[in-house]
Amino acid sequence: MTRQAKTWLIIGAVFVALIVVRGMIGQGLGRVYVKRTDVTVTLPDAAAAGAPSASANESINVSPSAASTQVTGAPSSGTTSATSASTISWQEWKQVPPLEFIAAQKANPAQTEIALSWPRTIGLWLAAFFTLAIFSFLYADNPFYKIAESLVVGVSAAYWGVIGFWDTLVPKMFGALTPGLVKSLVQPSLVAPERLQQISMVFALILGVMMLWRLLPRGGWISAWPLAFIVGVTAGLKIVSHVESDLMAQAAATMKPLVVSVTDASGATNMWDSWWASVANVLLVTGVICCLTYFFFSVEHKGVVGGAARVGIWYLMITFGASFGFTVMGRIALLAARVEFLFDDWLWLIDPNHFRGL
Amino acid sequence: MSGGNVNSTNASARPWFERLDRVDRRWIFLLMFLAVSGPILWIGVTGKTLPEAPTLAARAVFQEINQLPARSLVLISFDYDPASAGELQPMATSLVRQCAAKNLRMVFIALWPLGSQVAQQTIQDVIRDDYPALKEGDDFVNMGYQAGNEAVMKLLLTDFAKAFPKDSRGEATSNIPILKDVKMVSQFPLLISVSAGYPGSKEWVQYVISAYNEKMNFVTGCTGVSAPQLYPYFPQQIAGLLGAIKGAAEYESMVNESLAVDGVATAPKYLQAQRRMGPQLVAHLLMVGLIIVGNVIFFARKRRGAA
Repeated sequence: MTRQAKTWLIIGAVFVALIVVRGMIGQGLGRVYVKRTDVTVTLPDAAAAGAPSASANESINVSPSAASTQVTGAPSSGTTSATSASTISWQEWKQVPPLEFIAAQKANPAQTEIALSWPRTIGLWLAAFFTLAIFSFLYADNPFYKIAESLVVGVSAAYWGVIGFWDTLVPKMFGALTPGLVKSLVQPSLVAPERLQQISMVFALILGVMMLWRLLPRGGWISAWPLAFIVGVTAGLKIVSHVESDLMAQAAATMKPLVVSVTDASGATNMWDSWWASVANVLLVTGVICCLTYFFFSVEHKGVVGGAARVGIWYLMITFGASFGFTVMGRIALLAARVEFLFDDWLWLIDPNHFRGL
Repeated sequence: MSGGNVNSTNASARPWFERLDRVDRRWIFLLMFLAVSGPILWIGVTGKTLPEAPTLAARAVFQEINQLPARSLVLISFDYDPASAGELQPMATSLVRQCAAKNLRMVFIALWPLGSQVAQQTIQDVIRDDYPALKEGDDFVNMGYQAGNEAVMKLLLTDFAKAFPKDSRGEATSNIPILKDVKMVSQFPLLISVSAGYPGSKEWVQYVISAYNEKMNFVTGCTGVSAPQLYPYFPQQIAGLLGAIKGAAEYESMVNESLAVDGVATAPKYLQAQRRMGPQLVAHLLMVGLIIVGNVIFFARKRRGAA
């Protein structure tokens, strides 16, 4: 056994031992309890289209168009079933503190309203495992990291494929070209497309087919046409917006008075605020001019130009430092969120949201 | 501080800066983990948070929302997904809370696929839990996700219903009371974007705000990585800006202060950002210390090389 394998074994054993010990102290760790709520909704009658009424103290809104064939307003964490022609019902599960489960069990050991949710508990443990698997790369590359990495890549690719199909192709393309079919088969809430939208989608379909032509052994050049269309449209959109928002508006925002007079509520000049506002404007205008000078290479950077360019470099360095600082802050925030998840949701070491304490 | 194998044969013979330079980088990772986890445990147990002094950009966000008359329409775009929730969710929660407390009518949209679910979760945590009187369709609506990035933004300029033909429940836009008189995005006096990147705040400025700068105001909360790119737009094109978790903590403290009730402690779920400033403080101190040590090593080597 290599030294690294021994290290891994020791780390793993210590970690498992700590988790086992934690599981035997206090409330334990890493469990998710849920409370079931039965919801029944009466759908509005076609003749008297009133508001739908709901039982179990739930305010439910179900689209009449959607409800005619299937329920789209149902929550994702519930199961849906049609109980009759005009009512539907489903179950909702909401996470509850473990102490609520213990109290319910004490009151009635046969109760099933609050129960341990195995799917959510397994999901929690998987989330913890993959978080640690990714962190383990900081020590050294290892199979756990490889598994987590491969899973992220695979799930992401599949997810984007599904999103592209259901959020773009189905509603925008098929929904425009064959609205009746899409409405009856997969999206009852589809809004009927306009004639112009249908015509434009025919062109989009043709361009899409031309793009896919590059997969065929011959005629790959045909895909250059839709690519040219994309480049042209993107350039047109970007040029106008960049000129408006990044050139004209930014140039206007730089034209500031170098001496500013700030007055307070009584109308008197506030010398301190005026001084700092003036300094801020001078620094801003100086920075813009000096940074532009640094990137102006048609004149040799000597004398006044060289001095201004050097000041410009200082400005750029400070900007890079600020960017680095912001990036560090962002990454630490993400790390803190992950560590909070491990300590709170998984290990139950802390309870910042006062969730587990009744 | 190069990592990897440590040759210990002549370690004691090396000068101090050489030994420091060869410290295994995994010790630094461990230090960073301790710097982040220590304050989390401490704050988690004690419940104490650090005080915040709001900056101009954060105050501007609060003021922009605060000055709107009750029942004003606000368009809130959730342009992020759970990967950035650690940084952005606290500010999104506070933004929705202030809007709900001000009785503003909120229209949620998403230009990121998972933004719709994140918006729904925020609606559940803030509106349904703490403002149950607000009614879906009349006081708020989640229009869900629309693919198309900038194309959706351009479409919003001319026809809101075309860009978002139905809400996340499947209800047609024309049947939603809150959107009855809304034809285009310029009818919203305030646009809020919580953004993790592309498409997000920058694109809102470029494609929407540039066209309607005088008609609607725009405030945004963004990740630390994208904040430096957005500061040049403040305050002309972006009226208020929450940069990363620090901006979120400043804004959160202002919202909490404005909604504080005597004798009633703020709910812990509205202290997320301020709680995360503890680990930020210690981790930043560690970073500063490491940068100083790195520079000391650099100059010590340079001096020895020159000698």
